[in-house]
Amino acid sequence: MIGCRRERSYEMAFFSWLGARAIGTTTYLGELILLFQEAAVSVFAGRARWKLVLAQIWEIGYRSQVVVIVTGAFTGAVFTAQTFFQFRNLNMESAVGPVVSVAMCRELGPVLSGLMVAGRVGAAMSAELGTMKVTQQIDALRALAVSPVDYLVAPRMLAIFLAMPILVAECIFSGIFSGFLVATKVLDVNTAYYVANMSRFTGGDDILMGLVKGFVFGLIIVTISCREGLQAKNGAVGVGRATTEAVVIGSLAVLIVNFFLTMALNIFFPAGSDV
Amino acid sequence: MSDISKKFVPAAPGEAVIRVRDLVQTIGEQRILRGVSLDIRKGETLVLLGKSGGGKSVFLRHLIGLMLPLSGSVLCEGVEITTLTEREMAPVRKKVGMVFQDGALFDSMTVYDNVAFPLRERGEEDEAVVAEKVDEALGMVNMRGHDAKMPVNLSGGMRKRVALARAIISPPDVILYDEPTAGLDPIVSDSINRLIRRLQRRMHVTSVVVTHDMVSTRFIADRVALLEEGKIYFCGSVEELMASGDPVIKDFVEGRSNDAVL
Repeated sequence: MIGCRRERSYEMAFFSWLGARAIGTTTYLGELILLFQEAAVSVFAGRARWKLVLAQIWEIGYRSQVVVIVTGAFTGAVFTAQTFFQFRNLNMESAVGPVVSVAMCRELGPVLSGLMVAGRVGAAMSAELGTMKVTQQIDALRALAVSPVDYLVAPRMLAIFLAMPILVAECIFSGIFSGFLVATKVLDVNTAYYVANMSRFTGGDDILMGLVKGFVFGLIIVTISCREGLQAKNGAVGVGRATTEAVVIGSLAVLIVNFFLTMALNIFFPAGSDV
Repeated sequence: MSDISKKFVPAAPGEAVIRVRDLVQTIGEQRILRGVSLDIRKGETLVLLGKSGGGKSVFLRHLIGLMLPLSGSVLCEGVEITTLTEREMAPVRKKVGMVFQDGALFDSMTVYDNVAFPLRERGEEDEAVVAEKVDEALGMVNMRGHDAKMPVNLSGGMRKRVALARAIISPPDVILYDEPTAGLDPIVSDSINRLIRRLQRRMHVTSVVVTHDMVSTRFIADRVALLEEGKIYFCGSVEELMASGDPVIKDFVEGRSNDAVL
């Protein structure tokens, strides 16, 4: 009887923990949706300050370029080399080009850009907003009748919405270009075959899919980072925690949403439809 | 969204501009406000005394809608502000300014931009007008010549002065001061006290000052309220406070802890 009672209490504790996690996750998602909705309304109502939008485009877009281009270039290079090593055994060296370019356009370009931006920009955003929160600067904004969403979130959302597709395009291009260099200059793949096959199997839909993913990832990253920053508490420790959470949750969200986006977007932009 | 600014009923001098009734608030497990009721009259300087951690700043934050109470009512010129949305609060916050304990200056902006911020946000586009008003506000707080500095390069007293300039540049009807002299040396504290007094005389603003500094209280208060155990324990003039024989009030006024000395 005692063992039975203990088992039941373990079950209760498990379901209680599970319930608490479910409620916590639902609440968190609700907060993200409400923040996104408020910021989107603010953007469409023209409340975002253009001076701040330009400053954020500089911060998010211009200053993230090196990270994104280098990441894209070296991933494209190593992906080309690995694909070549495997395809060589099958005498399919000329298929390396299309595999690399389609993968860069549809998956690697947007996902790598998303992860890099989540790390670089998401951390900076949540740290800045978190510091403002714990030093009462957010309260000061509210006390001066200025909405923190209008002043802080909306410009960042608009900036990332404009900058992210460009970053994704740069990442895709650098990956494909570095792959081309590695394949043709280092691994001796025939240039004409490489380019011809790549052009034949890569279409506008592939690039468009990458750019659409870039838009979505940008909005996810900015919403999560701003939410974490605006909810920061308990001083420096809280800001540190908010920053870590923003990067971790932002990166995981990019990877998880990417799968569902791939499945959904494949309906509109089916892979291989340009062949 | 209804236009809240049309619902304000302007208070006559001496009438309550802010009326608080039965305000209840908890922080964590602790019930920090247990039914606070208080009237803030137009044109007066009301000093709210109380122990550290006793809920004075929490009370102040309810007056400008930065916190929502568990129950109770806050009427600002006849408008119930506890039920307003964040956007509906904007007209109330244009009437009621706040000076935060550490200034809460925007650390990405210079002193000039901090002080100019409320003007620009309220649609002033003529930079000549902005410059003139910023100069006037900085002059009132004796901070001319520091306008290009960043907040991080200012002392505590200077930060509070700049915060005050930011609060008064677009003159509010009511200014809330959260511990304006906390952490300052006696001379800087005195200059802040004189500044609060001078602003009240020049601009006829209603002031609510949260403090536990008895020197400040004697100098600036028209009326004093003592917050004790989450309720208003005393409300009256400085003279009545000083003359009170109530042990709780006497302990506070004379700064006695009543702790056993080991």
